[in-house]
Amino acid sequence: MFTCEQTYEPIEGGVPVAAATPRMSDDRSALSEQTGWMLRVRDARDKAAFARLFDHYAPRLKAMGMRAGLGAAQAEEVVQDVMLKLWDRAAQFDPDRAQVSAWIYQIARNQMADLRRKEFRPVPEALLTPEEPEPDAAQAVALEQETTRLRKALSALSDEQRQLVEMAYLGELSHAQIKEGTGLPLGTIKSRIRLGLDRLRHELKGTRP
Amino acid sequence: MTTGITHHIPQPLLVAYASGALPHPFALVVASHISLCDECRAQAVAHDHAGGAVLEELSGSDLSEGLKGDVLALLDAPRVQARPQGRVGPYPGPVMEALKGAPPRWKRMGLGTRQTILHDGPEGSVRLLYIPAGQAVPDHGHNGLELTLVLQGAFRDETGRFGPGDLEVADDALEHTPVAEPGEPCICLAATDASLRFSSFVPRLLQPLFRI
Ligand SMILES: [Zn+2]
Repeated sequence: MFTCEQTYEPIEGGVPVAAATPRMSDDRSALSEQTGWMLRVRDARDKAAFARLFDHYAPRLKAMGMRAGLGAAQAEEVVQDVMLKLWDRAAQFDPDRAQVSAWIYQIARNQMADLRRKEFRPVPEALLTPEEPEPDAAQAVALEQETTRLRKALSALSDEQRQLVEMAYLGELSHAQIKEGTGLPLGTIKSRIRLGLDRLRHELKGTRP
Repeated sequence: MTTGITHHIPQPLLVAYASGALPHPFALVVASHISLCDECRAQAVAHDHAGGAVLEELSGSDLSEGLKGDVLALLDAPRVQARPQGRVGPYPGPVMEALKGAPPRWKRMGLGTRQTILHDGPEGSVRLLYIPAGQAVPDHGHNGLELTLVLQGAFRDETGRFGPGDLEVADDALEHTPVAEPGEPCICLAATDASLRFSSFVPRLLQPLFRI
């Protein structure tokens, strides 16, 4: 069953802290294909890059919708709506604070919850972004590394446990059924995201961390 | 963002929120707390990354032939973009969204206490409560889970002190009598499993007795 990973370990020695990292604004070469496509959609409104994202995510989104109990046609409606939101909201994509897959996941589950309830699902206030955000490739790369680790951890789970994690994140378990966490090591990725948030807050105040 | 928050969202609620499985009244409270708390925001985004990892690992379903073409053709079509509500006074964006941008329309409940019901349905209810300083928080009759988020002022009960941004998680095992601290009136966002029907049938005269 779910084993618990409730206490979050501090950031490991190998992970650089944002404040101590030199800026590498233009070096995004270490980022994944998906992130690269998404940045081209965001910065250049590149439809070819969007088509690549579609090829990668649309079949998965349809599968997610069908796991949530939607029929094929309705699941494709969700795919369409989610992909259009991805295009419309591309300006909000920030690789320092979220990976493409995480960003699409939250758009998709909001879309599905809205469809089920026929009203908007409550979402947190959007964070303000500075007029000219300073890109921080090191932060984005570190977040990507954490995500790779997370995917490895997911595939290293026992079949039974992985199934439970899938059920939890595909909305098939209630909060009462998710008693003890998910067995995934989320501590370091949370700390990494927190660094990104802190940096953003400082940037908004016009001060450097 | 609010500083000094000490009572946060438990992990199972964050996972259920991330997955969309959390019933609407609780989702409103969770989204409101996240709006005030960067610690829980980071935690919630971490869960989105776990969800993203699950999404990446799903084997995709075959798409209808025309879907990609349809979507690409729609990219330049005009669409109405919803303008999300931001924070107003003590009310975070998700609460303002539920209020449709208008100030709360308070209904008196006796002893200076007021409420505004934001949502009441089969999966539970969520409301704003206004409790004068020094007053007891009305018992909103929870049979199961109850979430109370402080938006302004503070209250105390047997389990501790809850100030702005703090979230109290109570189940039916918890017998508590929250009392608003002296000073500012306490404004809370409270969600419960229980439908409102019970409390609305309690005769008016009995209300002070039941502290509703
Ligand atoms: Zn919190």
